[in-house]
Amino acid sequence: MIATYTRKELMVVAAAREIHDGEVVFVGMRLPLLGFGLAKATHAPTAVGLFENGVIRDRPAEAFIYTMGDPPNIAGAVACLGLNDVMSLLQQGRVDVGFIGGAEIDPLGNLNTTRTSSSGTLVRLPGSGGGGDIASLAGRTVLIMEHEPRRFRERVDYITSPGHFPGRRRGGPATLITTLGVFDLSRGEVRAVSLHPGVTADDVRNATGFPIAVADSLPATAPPSADELAYIRRADPDGFWTGDSMKPR
Amino acid sequence: MHEIIRQQRRDLTLVGPISDMAFDQLIAAGTVAKVIAAWVGNVAGGSGYGFRRAYEQGQPRRIVMEDHSNFTVGLALKAAAMGLPYLPTFTGIGGDIIRGHPRIRPVEDPFGGPDLLAVGALKPDVAIIHVQRADAFGNAHLWGNLGLTVEAAYAAPRTIVVCEEIVPDEMIRSDPNRTMIPGFLVTAVVEEPGGALPSSVQGYWRRDFETFLSYHRLSRTVEGFQSWLREWVLDLPDRPAYLRHMGGAVLERLHVTERRLAATANFAP
Repeated sequence: MIATYTRKELMVVAAAREIHDGEVVFVGMRLPLLGFGLAKATHAPTAVGLFENGVIRDRPAEAFIYTMGDPPNIAGAVACLGLNDVMSLLQQGRVDVGFIGGAEIDPLGNLNTTRTSSSGTLVRLPGSGGGGDIASLAGRTVLIMEHEPRRFRERVDYITSPGHFPGRRRGGPATLITTLGVFDLSRGEVRAVSLHPGVTADDVRNATGFPIAVADSLPATAPPSADELAYIRRADPDGFWTGDSMKPR
Repeated sequence: MHEIIRQQRRDLTLVGPISDMAFDQLIAAGTVAKVIAAWVGNVAGGSGYGFRRAYEQGQPRRIVMEDHSNFTVGLALKAAAMGLPYLPTFTGIGGDIIRGHPRIRPVEDPFGGPDLLAVGALKPDVAIIHVQRADAFGNAHLWGNLGLTVEAAYAAPRTIVVCEEIVPDEMIRSDPNRTMIPGFLVTAVVEEPGGALPSSVQGYWRRDFETFLSYHRLSRTVEGFQSWLREWVLDLPDRPAYLRHMGGAVLERLHVTERRLAATANFAP
């Protein structure tokens, strides 16, 4: 029997696979948070996680958390420093990989989380948070996006988190994980690596607002194993981050 | 924070890296003229609707936004805390935040390295911080989620420490490395248990997640926000009344009664 799983659970697994053992990871909230815990529990037991509020953890939080400041993310941490301390480590080049989400993306991996007029009226988004810093300073970045035409734009209205640009000193977008597939961004263009089970090349082309390289025969993203699913459902028991709906309950 | 709204303060500038719904409430209540921040919204829910209405429609008033990343807010406060005009950084190069930014300018490395960005010092008039415990002189112990609390307290000429409990100064002296803010920097110390709710305070309060979500739902409309504002701010005189309005059952659920104590450290001379 094939276990059923949600797209979000598949994205968590894909995020976990981007973390190699021994790496220092700048962890975001939502799916990357679960991906970090999953990687630690499976193939990357010695990975270390930094949180922008200053928390450093080498094991996942003991209970479900909604924000990185929640008490279960503090208890059992290896260190609780300040924001400037972990950002300094990031700037120094001590962070191998960081995760960032965005509302809009362009072919160079520029992310917009600040403001957009793509719908015809001005919409204010929350802003950079640590995203712009991770994009600038991490050894490589993994981007997490909902795959919709209005979000995949030839040019984003505002570059909150810089992608590839001439003169970049370090890092840049390496991988893009979306609701439809996994894409390589390391060469300054978006190239499909695997499509999630059931997704066709045309689905991806139709959901992308710019020309995108999708070969007609691509492997399917490997589905979560029973153990991986069990981990995710322990970490997110109500499906708050990984349920079918993108919106909170 | 709610008292600022009750006193009808106006034209405030808010400073913070990532703000949760506190900024949204102050903005939607019309107290704010300018926001200097990296992220404004509702961390678990997403959009801050009050912030969006102010920014997109000028409702209830127009606000000026000084966009930052977390690190540039941190560096701006740190520069002020260090008594410097600016601190250099590599963050933000290649992006739009730094373009035409009033507080971020290109700067040459005097030692011949690659060009940098200078983040100008940011000195808030007042820092309001919540800590676990302080003595009557304002010497403050805090632990857990630090963020930019310490930088803010150092940068601002006036710092108000709100604490869960005022303790004898001997207790503070027993663990001086945990004193993140020395009392001579503190203008006023306020004992206000539960003063940070619905946010968490390590070892004292869990995060009241339901309140963040219900505010997120209600604040979607102006009418919803106004009813929230009446119920939770305008019709209540003070913080103890807010806690009573939350109700005993909720407080009991949020109050941390378990103990997981840090190992002691020997300070014997």
